[in-house]
Amino acid sequence: MPKPRIALTNLHDLSADFLSLTPVQKIGVAIQELLIEKGIIAPDELSQSINLIDTITPAQGSRVVARAWVDASFKERLLTDAVAACLELQIDIRPIHLIVIGNTSKIHNVIVCTLCSCYPRMLLGLPPDWYKSSAYRARVIHEPRTVLREFGTHLKEHAQITVHDSTADMRYMVLPIRPDNTDNMKEDELAELVTRDCMIGVKIPQLPSGFSTA
Amino acid sequence: MSSSAIGPHDLAGTLTDSINTKERELDLWEKRIDALYKLLSDDKRCHINIHEFRYAIESLGADAYTNHNYYERWTLALRNLLIDKNVLSELEITQKVQEIEDR
Amino acid sequence: MNARPKFNKGDRVIVRMLSPQPHTRTPAYLHGKPGVIERFCGAFENPEERAIGRSGFPLTLLYRVRFFGSILFSTNKTCEADIVEVEIYEHWLQRDNSHAKT
Repeated sequence: MPKPRIALTNLHDLSADFLSLTPVQKIGVAIQELLIEKGIIAPDELSQSINLIDTITPAQGSRVVARAWVDASFKERLLTDAVAACLELQIDIRPIHLIVIGNTSKIHNVIVCTLCSCYPRMLLGLPPDWYKSSAYRARVIHEPRTVLREFGTHLKEHAQITVHDSTADMRYMVLPIRPDNTDNMKEDELAELVTRDCMIGVKIPQLPSGFSTA
Repeated sequence: MSSSAIGPHDLAGTLTDSINTKERELDLWEKRIDALYKLLSDDKRCHINIHEFRYAIESLGADAYTNHNYYERWTLALRNLLIDKNVLSELEITQKVQEIEDR
Repeated sequence: MNARPKFNKGDRVIVRMLSPQPHTRTPAYLHGKPGVIERFCGAFENPEERAIGRSGFPLTLLYRVRFFGSILFSTNKTCEADIVEVEIYEHWLQRDNSHAKT
């Protein structure tokens, strides 16, 4: 059950959680208050920035994938220049440098940032804890099949796996394969099949009935 | 691996732990740190850049990975950077924590 | 003015083993390993310089390099990653003039 959003309209709201915090977490509140006192950050800037976090979802990424599924020439442009292709859909992710990697019948792709947690938030929403975890970062780079099985994803034996390590200035998104039996689905219905985990590469899009193709 | 890790954050191949895939929303304290980093590194302020920030997290040492979670490491890195850059002092941070405790 | 890329797509390269830097984005599992340039990514501020308060100029050139997973992770266990593709800055790469297949 999601927690009710805090109004964050005043300084009291911004520090409302203080008593429940650990010593390190309390330092964050202290830094917040000091930066506001010194005029480095305005309270409304901070509350807007905090509230913005709640609005980030994978919807934009899903839209991009769905468009690529229905429009082959858009897909080619997306794989060639992902930032420009996103702009066609009024999705402006600059200054992010994005590379979209397309899955094929032979190659499955999965994304990791072994050194930290680099990730295209504007398209995929907030990164889940597991993507940022030491275990994922340590393991998927050399045992992606085992990791994918832990996510319930079983690839065909002969499928090649490519792992992309987001070490520097690029950010990545996987373009999954369009599931079979979706010819009659509209673009927005197709977008609903595309989850964040499909665009990271640990899952494969499933039809609502649970039937999945790999 | 052919050579030792470049730092405690260089994790490729180092662990066999299971991956906890549980979903959750961020707590307010985590959103706070996330937002503070965004604001401090934005074009208006340019107090810190992403590279300094990553380096500050790496510089926390290996214990930081065992003793603190993701956004706690961010908190400590931000604190250290702001102190190093003379934006805040260690003393005033400590005093502010106490002041809020006493409210 | 940016330097011209030293490498082209398809060039065989080896990741150098540079002396430890305070901050770098080339993880240890790549050090000394042979790969192939997958694409040129552009010119960016040098993160190793920016991390320690320097300007990051002149810009450094970035590539994506493709490796066989089995060469990167040559432990007793079979590496499940067939291919690993990573971004690496130009000063970490040297041309691979050996005859070994990559």
